[in-house]
Amino acid sequence: MTDLNEFQQEVRTWLEVNCPASMRTPMVADEVTIGGRDTTFKNPDTKLWLERMGNKGWTAPTWPKKYGGGGLSPQETNILKQELKRIKARVPMISFGLWMIGPVLLEYGTEEQKQEHLPKIVRGEISWCQGYSEPGYGSDLAGLQTRAVEDGEDYIINGQKVWTSYADKCDWIYALVRTNTEVKHGGITMILFDMASTGVSTRPIKLISGLSSFCETFFDDVRVPKKNVVGEVNDGWAVSNRLLQFERENISADVFASDEVFDVRKIAKDYCSGSDGKVSDPLVRDSLSKILMKDHALKLTFKRVMEGTKAGSSTGSTSSIFKFIGAELNKDRYEFAIDAMGQQGMGWEGKAFTPYQLDVAHEWLRSKANSIEGGTTEINLNVIAKRVLGLRDS
Amino acid sequence: MSMILSEEQVLLQDSAREFIKDQSPVSLLRQLRDEKDDFGYSKELWSYMTEMGWAGINIPEKYDGLDFGFKGLGIIMEEAGRTLTASPLLSTVVLGANSIVLGGSDEQKSTILPKVASGDCILALAVDEGPHHDPENISVEAKKTDTGYLLNGTKQFVIDGHIADYFIVAARISDQAGSLTGLSLLLVDKETSGIHIDRLSMVDGRNSANVTFDNVSLGASALLGEEKNGGDLLYKVLDLGRIALAAEMLGTMQQAFDTILAYLKERKQFGKLIGSFQALQHRAAIMFSDIELCKSVVMAALTAVETNSDDLAQLASLAKATVNDAYHQISNEAIQMHGGIGMTDEFDIGFYLKRARIAEVTLGSSSYHRRRYANLNGY
Repeated sequence: MTDLNEFQQEVRTWLEVNCPASMRTPMVADEVTIGGRDTTFKNPDTKLWLERMGNKGWTAPTWPKKYGGGGLSPQETNILKQELKRIKARVPMISFGLWMIGPVLLEYGTEEQKQEHLPKIVRGEISWCQGYSEPGYGSDLAGLQTRAVEDGEDYIINGQKVWTSYADKCDWIYALVRTNTEVKHGGITMILFDMASTGVSTRPIKLISGLSSFCETFFDDVRVPKKNVVGEVNDGWAVSNRLLQFERENISADVFASDEVFDVRKIAKDYCSGSDGKVSDPLVRDSLSKILMKDHALKLTFKRVMEGTKAGSSTGSTSSIFKFIGAELNKDRYEFAIDAMGQQGMGWEGKAFTPYQLDVAHEWLRSKANSIEGGTTEINLNVIAKRVLGLRDS
Repeated sequence: MSMILSEEQVLLQDSAREFIKDQSPVSLLRQLRDEKDDFGYSKELWSYMTEMGWAGINIPEKYDGLDFGFKGLGIIMEEAGRTLTASPLLSTVVLGANSIVLGGSDEQKSTILPKVASGDCILALAVDEGPHHDPENISVEAKKTDTGYLLNGTKQFVIDGHIADYFIVAARISDQAGSLTGLSLLLVDKETSGIHIDRLSMVDGRNSANVTFDNVSLGASALLGEEKNGGDLLYKVLDLGRIALAAEMLGTMQQAFDTILAYLKERKQFGKLIGSFQALQHRAAIMFSDIELCKSVVMAALTAVETNSDDLAQLASLAKATVNDAYHQISNEAIQMHGGIGMTDEFDIGFYLKRARIAEVTLGSSSYHRRRYANLNGY
């Protein structure tokens, strides 16, 4: 216990010195970084904060030190999170590397892959995107057609991916490719390659929100060494499902249940309060309680499942439960926000609206994808029904 | 802190589950209902429960209790809830005993708690005065007299009111109805003259009564805790009741869900198991996810009692509202997914629907607790 107290003191002191003041203010949309080779920082403090946290290994607190991680125990990780929360520190970066491919490499990667990729993920030097969905294969992911054909020590990859987040800005991709056309699930392989490779091109997709964080990604005779396969050839479906579990858990925990998501309570008070400072319309107040209580219950569930996992009790396909509840909750949150703000929360652009109001409007539209990306709500309900409840199709 | 059970608590859970399954099947509640049992619970079952120490689980050892902690009580409530066990657990062990443990004088404790622990004393907390839980607006009055108090007014929907040996009555000693101050809890022997009890027959077959106090004269020693400051004690006890009831409901809804799931895997239509239809699969998955949230809010609230957390009131409201809503939904789906057989009295699932609605409004509906959560969080 005293060791943990000492650790807490150490963390507190370190953060005091190393977390720049502007990194303790609420996140602004255009200061979010995904890291990577060519990234530019609007606010120089963002760069500083990422470098310091990355060098300390605290962007990936639980990863082993030899791969650049923090090497912290679960208890120490908790303390670090608490201390970061205490000073309202911003997340240093949004990273698919940290959330998804990193944890998968720790389980499935070769020693060479771990040493090459993990430290760069921790420090935000290389950013990663995900090549999963294809134009004809979204929810039916296992039908994917992007081909990888052997050629000596390499694979030659041809095909198209879609909904690749930040593909136009990312350095590397982890992609699912077809290495066997005879069988559906058993013919898929996960492979890693540099987005600067010859034959890779991307095209941003403009969304209903006006933003373009997703791309179409094209592979035209891209040559990738065989040693970049993650796990076994033709065993990519298992690897990809493990990755999806990480994705669903981490999106739910870090995004949908984050304290950094915008404050619906403040919106209700700002736009709907009476002279006593409380929300005056009882129905609005009730809706707000529903959202905040669901959020509270979800956070307690993360805590319970985390403690259960630590104690060794298996909890089943919790990632699908988290993803389903978290995504629906986040959509409800934005619906509540624009309802509470009225037309002032539905501006598209212009000086009649504050940047915050415009953010809410665009993020409301963006939130509709929450229950589509990373497995639709319907797919997650299928997973729960089949894998947890044992309800079969026949 | 801990959201998972200790080894000792897991042992208690296993033995409670085994015991309830063997000794307290739903058929026992059915029998009590059909025979219009005078007591509304099985005395034999209660004596077994008492032998295992359940009646005194929250009572200090000094007064012959087990002092096992509130989480232990929560575990028992959850298991008892699985089969809709009718017993004085909520009235006596949760609300009654804890009122006296938290607010009673040494004399009140030594007179009553050992009798509760030995299963020989039933307690009933009398709070509500109308169809809705509304402890903020108590108007039953206890007038100060030279020797004590004169109690007048009617309490409604008192759990186990017709079999109680003592009532714990929330009454107003000063201030207007609606005021949060001026409340006291009074310990009233059922033999005191001027008490009229009407047993109620409710849809869930469980005990409830209206109790009228007509110029009931009480000595000064009837007071629990401090005069006019009973509000804090009352709200604390109500929160314990809400959390324990939420635990009971968690057990009940899980059993209802298990029953649904078994039926989905057994009933065939169009030559296929109905559990293969996606329209039903998704609804089952949603119910399962809701139960996962319920487990967490109940566990967090039980833990908050044991650590005496500042968040207790908030977590009690979170637990009750979350569990209310999930159980409401599951109890409706339980009938719908069983189809015609779910509508028959012969099949047990109807009992789970009937218990749901009573449990939902007992100690506060969802809208009550969402309002309270808003007040506690300042919006």
